Amino acid sequence: MREIGVTAVASEIGILSRSDFQRFFDILCSKEYRIVGPTVRDGAAVWETIRHVSDLPIGWRDHQEPGRYRLEQTGSKEIFGVVHGPQSLKPFVFTPREPLLQIERSRDGFIARPTPPQREKVAVIGARACDLAGLTIQDQIFLQGEYQDGYYATRREGLFIIAVNCTRALQTCFCTSMDTGPRAKNGFDLALTEVGDQLLVEAGSEAGAELLSALSLSPATHKAIAEAAARVDACAQSQVRRLDRTRLPQALYDAHEHPRWDDVSARCLACANCTMVCPTCFCHKVEEAPDLTRQRTEHARLWDSCFTQEHGHIHGKNIRPTIKDRYRMWMTHKLASWLDQFGTSGCVGCGRCITWCPVGIDLTEELASLVSSSSSARA
Amino acid sequence: MHVHEGKLIDMANPYLIHPATIIEKIREAEDIHTFRLRLNDEKARRSFRFTAGQFNMVYLFGVGEVAISIISDPDESESLGHTIRSVGRVTSAVAQLQAGETLGIRGPFGQGWPLDEACGRNVVIVTGGLGCAPVVGAIEYMLRRRRHYGSIKVIHGVKTPRDLLYHERFETWGKQADTEVLLASNRPDETWRHHVGVVTDLFEHVLIDPAKTMVLMCGPEIMMRLGVPILMKRGIPATAIYVSLERHMECGIGLCGHCQLGPYFLCKDGPVMRYDLVEPWLGRVGV
Repeated sequence: MREIGVTAVASEIGILSRSDFQRFFDILCSKEYRIVGPTVRDGAAVWETIRHVSDLPIGWRDHQEPGRYRLEQTGSKEIFGVVHGPQSLKPFVFTPREPLLQIERSRDGFIARPTPPQREKVAVIGARACDLAGLTIQDQIFLQGEYQDGYYATRREGLFIIAVNCTRALQTCFCTSMDTGPRAKNGFDLALTEVGDQLLVEAGSEAGAELLSALSLSPATHKAIAEAAARVDACAQSQVRRLDRTRLPQALYDAHEHPRWDDVSARCLACANCTMVCPTCFCHKVEEAPDLTRQRTEHARLWDSCFTQEHGHIHGKNIRPTIKDRYRMWMTHKLASWLDQFGTSGCVGCGRCITWCPVGIDLTEELASLVSSSSSARA
Repeated sequence: MHVHEGKLIDMANPYLIHPATIIEKIREAEDIHTFRLRLNDEKARRSFRFTAGQFNMVYLFGVGEVAISIISDPDESESLGHTIRSVGRVTSAVAQLQAGETLGIRGPFGQGWPLDEACGRNVVIVTGGLGCAPVVGAIEYMLRRRRHYGSIKVIHGVKTPRDLLYHERFETWGKQADTEVLLASNRPDETWRHHVGVVTDLFEHVLIDPAKTMVLMCGPEIMMRLGVPILMKRGIPATAIYVSLERHMECGIGLCGHCQLGPYFLCKDGPVMRYDLVEPWLGRVGV
């Protein structure tokens, strides 16, 4: 066994002791990357610009359950004990608010000028396999359709992704059943696996291989590689949630009149949290924001959610007036019609929608209820 | 400006908006106006190509954008026609504008009517209310190529006679060879000399050769859901029936997610859709 992942470019896997990890930061800085990693803020892990290993949530672990997120100090030296926070990689590329155009009044009416984002090299440390899968889906939407979205593309090009293979599953994780993790298979530049006091480092791209060679690490032993692989496998085995995809999309299309939708919509608050934390949700609206002079206006896109009143609004009527309509729209799109649209599920199994739902709605449980007896419940 | 296949869209930035001057504002009904627009940039104007049934995102400075079908003749590229009902935030503000003022245009977007496929066939056009707007360009296009098409039947329904738009056009179309115009109103006044009732009643008044007919439909979804089964009973297959559908649209390029109907994004897969494809989704509550 020579690799932890399956598509590593460099055949060698390097090994780095925890105490040497700052070298990693120094090399990224020397290559003019802004480094972003998880930090503890307001009781959760959130992405922040960091400079030192000590900025990472060393010794912290997250515990996630339906409707519950807690961090605890374990007193260990573990660097990547926190699996994830509410943010995936989505906000780096498909930003919550992206100015599209600056429009100014002119003699000829108006002049519209694009406002592309600044090109910036950003190294993200700590992305998980589910996050990589989410980013691949976002790439497909924004870069591989009829139009390539230039705003997204500029941000995407600057990303250098340092993934972390998961060695601990949360209560809410189900990436194994979505075939997206817990091992980072592709879409990363470097992938780390934390084993005891050491970090195994493998490259997944040319840029990653270059950085790996600049680190001039000693090669990992077979024993260390086997140990890392075993921990990732154990993480996969330990997942308690799963999502049965075998009869999708049809089973969910068939469940349109299932009484379970009434049940779940009685609990759902339509708060849109699930769509905000989802690594793949891409709905957005366009906002026109004129300044006080009314001579200039900014045309920007903002994240939208199918749980809002306005989402299904069309001149004088609402296609989805009830929470039941909206929950059904979200879940049917995510797990069923996404397959027809993009050839892949819209769910990567990260479990964020379960954790960050204020009432703890669990989509794996909802799906199981909806498809188990859907045929008998059809109207 | 990069123009792609007659689109006014810079492929690298489909969000870019192009100013257009209102050269004529026509009052069609109490809250409905047709705006004739001329793109300010000459190069853009000369290269703008669209097919009947496509739409533009129409923009008003400081207010926003709204998806509106193009009613003008695809052969006439000097100006663009949009019939707009004042009903929402953007359209109410647009209704206040006068000739000489500026709107913005992004487009054209979506799939238009299959007028090539309709060649050699009889065409039945069924519309209700403002649903007649997206077919105006198609009718003009076919009449200009009259010998390429079989009989043309324009069947249109309105609530009240005051809701009838395009009086002159309907009048002119009805005088063309092998072209019939049938109108219905279910709340008529004493001046109404056409059918009293709903548009689907008129199906009984037309001869249809089901094997040679293509149907183009646009109007309230309830009209399509009730009307299509009647036409299918007359022997027209669902694959020969095309409907133009409407959903909330913010981007026009299949990215913003609002216009989904089952697996389709109506802004890019539609708005014109073959009926058999959308039949499973129409009438489903909340879809």
